[in-house]
Amino acid sequence: MSIEYLGLSEINGPLIAVEGVKGGSFEEIVELSVAGKKKKLGRIVEINEDKAVIQVFESTDEMSLSNTHTRLTGHPMEIGLSVDILGRIFNGLGEPIDGLGKVTAECVRDVNGLPMNPCVREYPRNYIRTGISAIDGLTTLIRGQKLPIFSGNGLPHDQLAAQIVEQASLGEGSAEDFAIVFAAMGVKYDVAEFFRRTFEESGVSSHVVMFLNLSNDPVVERLITPKVALTAAEYLAFEKDMHILVILTDMTSFAEAMREVSSLKGEIPSRKGYPGYLYSELATLYERAGILKGAKGSVTQIPILTMPGDDITHPIPDLTGYITEGQIVLERSLHQKNIYPPINVLPSLSRLMKDGIGAEFTREDHQDVSNQLFSSYARVGEARDLASVIGEDELSEVDKKYLQFGTAFEQEFVSQGATENRTMEETLDIGWRLLHILPREELDRIDTRILEKYYDPKP
Amino acid sequence: MHVSGKIYGINGPIVTILGDMGFQMAEMVHVGRNRLVGEVIGLNKKQTTIQVFEETTGLKPGETVEGTGKAISVTLAPGILTNIFDGIERPLQQIAELGGPFIPRGVSVEALDTRKKWETRLLVKEGERVYPGAVIAEVPETPAITHKVMVPPEVSGLVKAVAADGSYTIQETLAVLETEDGKELPLTMTQQWPIRIPRPVNRRFPADRPLVTGQRILDTLFPIAKGGTAAIPGGFGTGKTMTQHQLAKWSDADIIIYIGCGERGNEMTNVLEEFSQLVDPKSGNLLMDRTTLIANTSNMPVAAREASIYTGLTLAEYYRDMGYHVAIMADSTSRWAEALRELSGRLEEMPAEEGFPAYLASRLSAFYERAGYVENLNGTDGSVTIIGAVSPQGGDFSEPVTQNTKRFVRCFLALDKSLAYARHYPAINWLTSYTEYLNDLAPWYSANVGQNFVYCRNQILNILTTESRLNEIVKLIGSDVLPDDQKLVLEIARVIRLGFLQQNAFHAEDTYVPMEKQLRMMETILYLYEKCKALIELNMPMALLREDRIFEKVIAIKYDVANQELSKFQDYHRMIDAFYQRIMETNA
Repeated sequence: MSIEYLGLSEINGPLIAVEGVKGGSFEEIVELSVAGKKKKLGRIVEINEDKAVIQVFESTDEMSLSNTHTRLTGHPMEIGLSVDILGRIFNGLGEPIDGLGKVTAECVRDVNGLPMNPCVREYPRNYIRTGISAIDGLTTLIRGQKLPIFSGNGLPHDQLAAQIVEQASLGEGSAEDFAIVFAAMGVKYDVAEFFRRTFEESGVSSHVVMFLNLSNDPVVERLITPKVALTAAEYLAFEKDMHILVILTDMTSFAEAMREVSSLKGEIPSRKGYPGYLYSELATLYERAGILKGAKGSVTQIPILTMPGDDITHPIPDLTGYITEGQIVLERSLHQKNIYPPINVLPSLSRLMKDGIGAEFTREDHQDVSNQLFSSYARVGEARDLASVIGEDELSEVDKKYLQFGTAFEQEFVSQGATENRTMEETLDIGWRLLHILPREELDRIDTRILEKYYDPKP
Repeated sequence: MHVSGKIYGINGPIVTILGDMGFQMAEMVHVGRNRLVGEVIGLNKKQTTIQVFEETTGLKPGETVEGTGKAISVTLAPGILTNIFDGIERPLQQIAELGGPFIPRGVSVEALDTRKKWETRLLVKEGERVYPGAVIAEVPETPAITHKVMVPPEVSGLVKAVAADGSYTIQETLAVLETEDGKELPLTMTQQWPIRIPRPVNRRFPADRPLVTGQRILDTLFPIAKGGTAAIPGGFGTGKTMTQHQLAKWSDADIIIYIGCGERGNEMTNVLEEFSQLVDPKSGNLLMDRTTLIANTSNMPVAAREASIYTGLTLAEYYRDMGYHVAIMADSTSRWAEALRELSGRLEEMPAEEGFPAYLASRLSAFYERAGYVENLNGTDGSVTIIGAVSPQGGDFSEPVTQNTKRFVRCFLALDKSLAYARHYPAINWLTSYTEYLNDLAPWYSANVGQNFVYCRNQILNILTTESRLNEIVKLIGSDVLPDDQKLVLEIARVIRLGFLQQNAFHAEDTYVPMEKQLRMMETILYLYEKCKALIELNMPMALLREDRIFEKVIAIKYDVANQELSKFQDYHRMIDAFYQRIMETNA
């Protein structure tokens, strides 16, 4: 199909309208040539008989109503894939930008993907050791999980993500079949560069595929970037039997781009101006994590999002939390206390943790220790509130112990070095050591049998 | 020949056709070359609007839309139980066999297996007159449930011919009726029923018996009636899904319909795996034998998400008509409401609060009103209980879905973020939750559990309410300055919270607790309270009482006393007496 349509009827930011189109289909990709040279890609986002509304992935600068030729490609957005994509860098549309030429495609895939049938999913149970106590001990990451990092501007989420990647990939049981798919949406050049350098320094860069849409790249392009990246991840996981860790940063830019385009299309906004389909759209990305029955590979996702105004109830973190299997929440006040990683464990959660820990996987006391740490640390908050009203001196003995426990928990359990790689044993032992600060009666979440085995009356 | 038309416009799941082609409202249609399933949702002289239950990527203007003449319906016959369907009753297992691990577009499969032969026992004789709902045959569908083949509603007549007992598929004729107007009507096991229309019943009964769940905070503090409605609202991570799973596992309904509406794929897999292994303690059968799953996960098309709730309800009503007690777990109704909002936005309707359509309230009320304890057309009793999870935006209960749901449910189980943060599960807040069923159910409790059950329940709630009032003071001045009788209330409330309200879903004994044990636990706690109160009145200081490990022992009852050894509770009473004596002797 090579009919070209000359001219446009409207240009509105990244959206253009073409009339007289025959045989265009919904979500089809079109090629645009401006003034006979520049090739741009666009996607049909609405079609009414012969009038198509097209979203242009690049800027619409230089386009005029008369100088643009539109050609239908007859297929939705696709990318060519082969194992050669490992170690390469692409732009947000999947075109190579590292100067190493085109990838010879073994197959071509529709980036929109299809929903995974719940019947053929394998329920994820194998944990990934990240070497970070707050994650391993309290919000254990499971292979095939989607566990986002909720962060704020200026918090060290990138560093944390890099540390997870480094330590998880270099941990035990890691083999050649491990790879990382990294998708940047609207991030600063420095951030992308930080990740590239980290991968290089830790020697994994031959196992990394990077898709970069930087903050000065076209906004619309980032709507497709995560889809391209996840298509590559699914291909490597389910056809090449690899364990894939996908890092998506920053999901907030993705959602912002959706709002921008939606508003240009004149759609009815729902919360805070975001389109009503934000939930569905985020879900189609996040739900692409998982394990298939009988497949050797897996897709694990760590999306990063910056909460606007550190507000966890903002639609983006809110909807994300309803889709993902937990979240790791970074807290500014911890960061200010110079605690790295500044993970606030209370709102953090890993939903798949319960089935991936315990005697069979980690250690028999894991669940009890983590419950107790959560419960005791929640009590620390109450004690601190009280202390701020009546002063520390007036607190009861037990409450004073809680204050002491709280500080020790933040300093010794949560806080650790940026390259410190703790084993599961170490993490749990630190947990026990801290619990000894509290009187034994306060340890009410631990099974009596476990308590007798691990609680040392005279530490 | 049914009507057809040509696609004019496509916008996400919404497809329009120019002009009035004679489609009916709510008619099921096939859209485009791939024959995607859709439903007519708007008609006027200028255009017909259709929502499509599958991805519309690749659809072109000019492709044909074909009507079917029928409203969007589900197939009702043996084979529903143990199955997992998508939102419009397509079996996911078969889709996986046909289309591989990912769900392809336009896949065409029968809702139920039409080749499988079912062992059938006929219950009618030639010459008998049968009425709507009459049971004409029985099929053992699973070891747990006997499927009753019924005369469809609105059909009655004289039985002209009956097949012999034997094995039949769901499409083979079991009996032939001569209807009032003299026509012959063959009856098979299969019925079709439009999902948006409630199946008729004779009359409704008041709710007077509880859905026993084995979850202490529910059975005791906030009971749900069979045929009742309950909502479980909670922000993410507060345990909505865990609570729903616990109810699906342990409640004493005959049949569970679990609707995963716009939720996570892994969760559905988890239910599927777990229920296929777990055994129902009451019947000894697999839990899956009484369960049907409807999985329309968050990445599956949004229009089917909207339909999935109705599909589940219709399946539930069908089993209710057989005389079963059915419980529906809808996880989550907010996703359904958001699907309404999404579609409403695509239709460019005038939004009401927070972008939700103005008809949100009427849709919610119509949904919850399909619950009920009823007398069926065939004279049997059955019930449909609806337990809907609500995922409020930002965890804020003042948003429209929670507020509107509150108007139509009679039991409200508010999940609390701070309880969940402290890993107090189930994280049901006892101060903001309520049930309107208590008075209706009180006679049942008196007759079946114990005369003092409601009294104990009220006492427990009373102590908890007092605790929250005292906590206000403690927050300002600390607990040390309280008088001893108030310190005692705090201590007993702690025992109630840790020993009674907290329940460990992963503990073999604690995951399900029979009613008698719940009552004994309450009695023991209240007995301890009474004895301690007596000591405090004799001016024994609270610090002295706390030195004894009696409070810890009572907290540990939930683990230390197995569900079958209720006689052990006498030991606890003796232990409390001994504690009382000890304090009296050493300090008097």
